[in-house]
Parts: sequence; C-alpha cells; structure tokens
Amino acid sequence: MTGARTPDAAPARHEAGRQPPGGAATYHFRPYNVGRWAVWGGYGLLLLLAPLVFSSSLSQTLLSQMGIAIIACLAYNMLLGQGGMLSFGHAVYSGLGAFLAIHALDHVGAGTLHLPVSLLPLAGGAAGLAFAALFGFVTTRKSGTTFAMITLGIGELVYSMSLMLPEFFGGEAGVSSNRVVPPATLGVTFGPQVQVYYLIAAYCFVCTGLMFAFTRTPLGRMLNAVRDNPERVAFIGYDTQRVRWFAFMISGLFMGVAGGLAAINFELATAEMVGAQRSGAYLLFTYLGGSTAFFGPIIGGVLMVLATVVLSELTKAWLLYLGLAFMLMVMYAPAGVAGLVLANLRLAAFGKLRPLLPGYLALLLAGAVAFVGASLMVEMLYHLQLNQALGPMMKYGGVTLDAKGPAAWMVALLLFVAGGLAFERVRRRFVLGWDAAQADIERELRRRDAA
Amino acid sequence: MTDVAERLDLARAAASPPRVALELRDVRKRFGKTEIIRGATLAVNAGERVAIIGPNGAGKSTLFNLVSGRFAPSSGEILLDGQRIDGLPPHRINRQGLARSFQVSNLFTRLSVFENLRCAVLWSLGYRYAFWRFLANLRDANERAEHLLAMLQLERRRDVLAMNLTYAEQRALEIGLTIAGGAQVILLDEPTAGMSKSETRRFVQLIRDVTVGKTLLTVEHDMGVVFGLADRIAVLVYGEVIAFDTPEAVRADPRVQEAYLGSVLAQAQAGEA
Repeated sequence: MTGARTPDAAPARHEAGRQPPGGAATYHFRPYNVGRWAVWGGYGLLLLLAPLVFSSSLSQTLLSQMGIAIIACLAYNMLLGQGGMLSFGHAVYSGLGAFLAIHALDHVGAGTLHLPVSLLPLAGGAAGLAFAALFGFVTTRKSGTTFAMITLGIGELVYSMSLMLPEFFGGEAGVSSNRVVPPATLGVTFGPQVQVYYLIAAYCFVCTGLMFAFTRTPLGRMLNAVRDNPERVAFIGYDTQRVRWFAFMISGLFMGVAGGLAAINFELATAEMVGAQRSGAYLLFTYLGGSTAFFGPIIGGVLMVLATVVLSELTKAWLLYLGLAFMLMVMYAPAGVAGLVLANLRLAAFGKLRPLLPGYLALLLAGAVAFVGASLMVEMLYHLQLNQALGPMMKYGGVTLDAKGPAAWMVALLLFVAGGLAFERVRRRFVLGWDAAQADIERELRRRDAA
Repeated sequence: MTDVAERLDLARAAASPPRVALELRDVRKRFGKTEIIRGATLAVNAGERVAIIGPNGAGKSTLFNLVSGRFAPSSGEILLDGQRIDGLPPHRINRQGLARSFQVSNLFTRLSVFENLRCAVLWSLGYRYAFWRFLANLRDANERAEHLLAMLQLERRRDVLAMNLTYAEQRALEIGLTIAGGAQVILLDEPTAGMSKSETRRFVQLIRDVTVGKTLLTVEHDMGVVFGLADRIAVLVYGEVIAFDTPEAVRADPRVQEAYLGSVLAQAQAGEA
C-alpha cells in the first residue's frame, strides 16, 4: 500500500520539476528544479522583447519566420519525437492551411467573410486538422517504414494536385492577397511587420504551451507508449491506430496554424509550401534541434530560419553545408542540439563539465580548421562552376584568392586534412573523458539510490 | 496475505456450480501447411489457476497468442465469459477483461516504471484518448499506479526507465503491466523463466497475491512452480490438450507420463534426491 504518502501530495510532488517529456527522459536529470513559471515567463519575455533588441527590418522578418517555424517544428515533433512517426509529407498540412487562410483572407478583404485577420490562423488550423483527419486515417493505419512511405506518397499527391488545380493553388505564381483590411482594430492594421510579428509571437507562445500541455495528458503519454512498444499498447486496451491518428490530427492542427500565420506574414501561398522540400526541412531541422526533448524543435525552428534565410544569403553552397551538419549530427549527436544542451547541463550538475572544457576547446579549434579547409574548396569549386564570367579571382572572408591557382587549393587541402586528423585524434580522447564522466555520474546516482 | 489466499481457495472450491471464464472449442491454427494447434478444447472455471505444460513446440505460446488476439485462429471458437472473442484485435479482447504477459519482457522501454504502470491503468479507468486532462490530476490513476508499484516492490525504482531495470525487475514490471488494468482473466507466459530459485519463490508468491480472486492461465516449465501454483493442469502435446485435471490426477495419468511428464518428473525427482 502507499501507506504514508498522502494521495494528494504524492502525484503532485513527482510531477513538479520533472524532466522534459519524451525521450529527454533518457537523461535522468531534472534541470535545476527551475520553476515552471520562470521557464514560461522567460520564454514569453524572450518573444516579447526580441523585436526590441533586434529592431532592424531584416531581423523583424527573421523573427516572424522563426515564430512560424517554431510552431511547425514543435507540431512535427509531436509525431517524430513523441510518437516515433517519421512523416515525409508534413508540409501538406501547413501548406494547405496556408492556402485556406490566404483564400479566407481574400474573402475577408472582399467583405464576403467577416473574420478578424488575427483569427485567420485558426482557419488554417481547421484546414490542417481536416486534411490530417482525412489523410491521417490512411497513413496512421501503419507504422514505421510503411507509414513513412505513405506520407511520402500523399505529399507527392498533394503537390501534383497543386499543379492540376490552378484555381485553388494559383499555379506557378501562387495565390497572393493583402493582409491590411480596414478598419483597423485598436490601431492594429497588420501593415507594419512588427504588428505581424506580435501576432505570430502570441500564437507561438499559446501553441507552445498547448503542445507542452499535450505531453502531460493521457493521449500524449500513450503516444510515447506507442512509440516505445506499439504491440504492448494493444494489450493494455488501446487501439494503436487510434492513438496515432488522434496525434496526427492534433499535429496537423498546429501545422495548419503555422501555415495560416505564414499566409498572413508573406501575403502569399505557393505550391512550394506543400512540397517535399519543405517537408524535408521540417524533418531535418526538428532533428537538428533535437527530437528527444520538448524544447528541441524550438531550437530547430530558429536554426531553420537562420539556415534558409541567412546562410543562403552568405553562400550558394548552403544546402551542402546543411547536409554536412545534418550528417555530423546524426553520427555524433543523435539527440540534436537539445540533447547536447541537456547532456552538458547534466555534466555541470555533477561538477564534471569543467575537466571536459579543454577537450571542447580543442575539438572546436580542430573542427574550425577542418571546416575552413573544406569550405574553401567548396567555395572555390562553386565559384569556378557558377561564376565563370567573373574570372578566377574570388573573395573568401576578406581574403582574395585565385580559385584556379594551385596554391589556394594546396592550402585548403592541407587545412582540411590536418584539421580533420586533429579532430579525429582529439575526438577519441574526448570520448574517453566523456565516457568516464558519465560512468562517474552513474556510480554517483547508484550511490544516492542506495543511500 | 497467504492465509487470505488460502481461505479464498477453499471458498472457491466450495462454490458451485463453477462458472466458465474462458473456453476453447476445437481451436485450430495453421501456419502455411503446418497445423500448430490441432483442435484444442479447454474450459477454465472462474477463479481457477491453470498451468499449461507440454514439451517444447507443443504450441503453448501459440495458444496464448490465439486467446489474447495476437493471432486469429484458423477455425474453432474462443469464449470469454460466454462471449466470442476469437479473431478480435488484442485491444478489444483486453477491454473485455483478459490480459497477458510475455515470455520476453515487453515494456515501454523509454518510460519510467511509474509511467509504464500508469499507462497500463488508463484505459480501465475510462480515460481513453483524453487530451484535455492532465495525468497529474488523475488521482485514481496515480493512486493505482503507486499501489501497483508497492505490490511489485518497485517503489525504489519508481523513476528509473524500464530499459535500465534488472532482469528480475523487468519481469516484475511485466506482470505489473498485465494485472494493472484489473482484468479478470490473466495469462502469464513463462513468468519465472530465467530466474534464480529464490527469485522464483518470491515470484510465485507475487503471482498468488496479484491473482487472488482472478482466473489465471500460465505457461510454465518449472514443475515446482506448476505443482505449487496450479489448481488444475492442462497438458498440451502437438497442439492438442491430452489431459486437463488436478495435479495429482495429471501426475498419475499414463498418457501424460508417456508423452511428457515422465521424463520431466524423473529429472525433478533425481534433482531432489
């Protein structure tokens, strides 16, 4: 019997200050028992203050897109991290949400639909939910590879529909609209970007809260159970297909909200928004951010905008760098950025981080040297291939290089090989130190357990 | 606890006539050309503890898979409290009051012990697919999970991930997941396999405690466990139930001696001597 424990206190005590849900439980560690209020307050404050700190028009554009990407990646991770479902066609739900919202916006502008612009993302959400209910009914009957294949098929199907139904999808140009619909409510016209940002930020905060709450509900927990062991779920009374389907619909709802916000933000919806490349981006950045922790996709969303908008401005080879980063992450840090953060916080909590810092520094240095070498070669190659008309001279980080001369290539190759070898050497030593630290922590935990 | 259990045993024996909790009528299962279960017929009374024994490959596990809905029988009928359940999916059978454990522990590996148990009580408490309530506020689910934790003596391992448990702890949690939903008919597939003598003793007692007043079917190889636990024994040989009687009668049955038990008993007696 539970005996001494009062029924009230027991569950409450164990719920408070638990680790983030999902696979983050892999690290049995509770982040400093920071109050929930502090975390959510900080998150809200961050959203609130971001455009004041980064006030240029470029950063407002970026921040707006980040808010949208955060919602989308969190919704995507509902399937990937929490449900173990690898969807290759999730842009379908954000994209269709965007199209529905943009058509609704048109109607609002024409006066045939009476809906405040600020509620249009909900129309997008409704569309996402409806299509997820429809397509999800088919896809979620299966799990694993079959599920992934069917989502891929549906993604292609919807994308091809976009070319077949130009009235709805607007063909090549897409559908554009105008988000400024007079009269203004309380002075909010959604003309200036900053007003749109705050709309997105509000949705981002509420959606993040709702999706986090979902992880604490019976359905949310059973989704984890289905991820871990679908077979056993059936033997404790749950229909695994239903669990997957319901989660799929809820994910679709939030994807649709993100799509609706994108429609308002860009005043445009294009077929590319339902395409396979966008779906791939959701997968890639959710994974990079970290699918095993709830907050991982928030990092993923930020990275997504930084990569697709900022990195793509810096270099034409940005997709190549992205692919490399993804590969390295899968190989060395499969729990993503969030996993790295949690693992290091855990080390810090046990006072094991400091001895590893020189190792980190060495890794960083060697990695940077190798990266400079590799990127030099990549940039020279791109320059020769794409900018032939400009001649062989090019700029790389303020240095002018001759892309056809042997000297630059020799230096690049040398840097790459030397850096790579050094990195591998340092990495091996680092792994030993890391493993030893982890073993110490396990021992310490067992000791506390026994005490 | 033991006293209570024994008194309940007596009470059960006195009650009459017995209600049939689980019935198999000429159940057959074919995989390709091979017939694994060849017309199994069995009627288990409510509140009875039945052990299924038989040589390797006799179809014991397949029989469990048929009853629990993992496979559908090729022909024949399976009835739970008089209701046909053959061919139903596992979750439907579970909701009608039948739960099973697995020979190889089948847990939610990345969830804590407590979360494992709480998942297993949710459906029976009617929470279904709720996404509008917080788990932390489900007092009955939390209390039941804590109670199970205590019953399994896993309180100290409450927040450990299932994958980090020791073998014996995983076996205990396996039984916990099986009984959590309060099913009236419990199927345990080799619950003590791979355990030491002392662990086995503790486990038999645990199984007795958690199945008080319930109908139990168990597949077991350890004859000590079988004769210690079972009210009746079913002997399965080549997909047929060749005997189904009290332990004494089964022990004396010449067909059983010939097919299976003779060699095992001889071994057991040699071991004791």
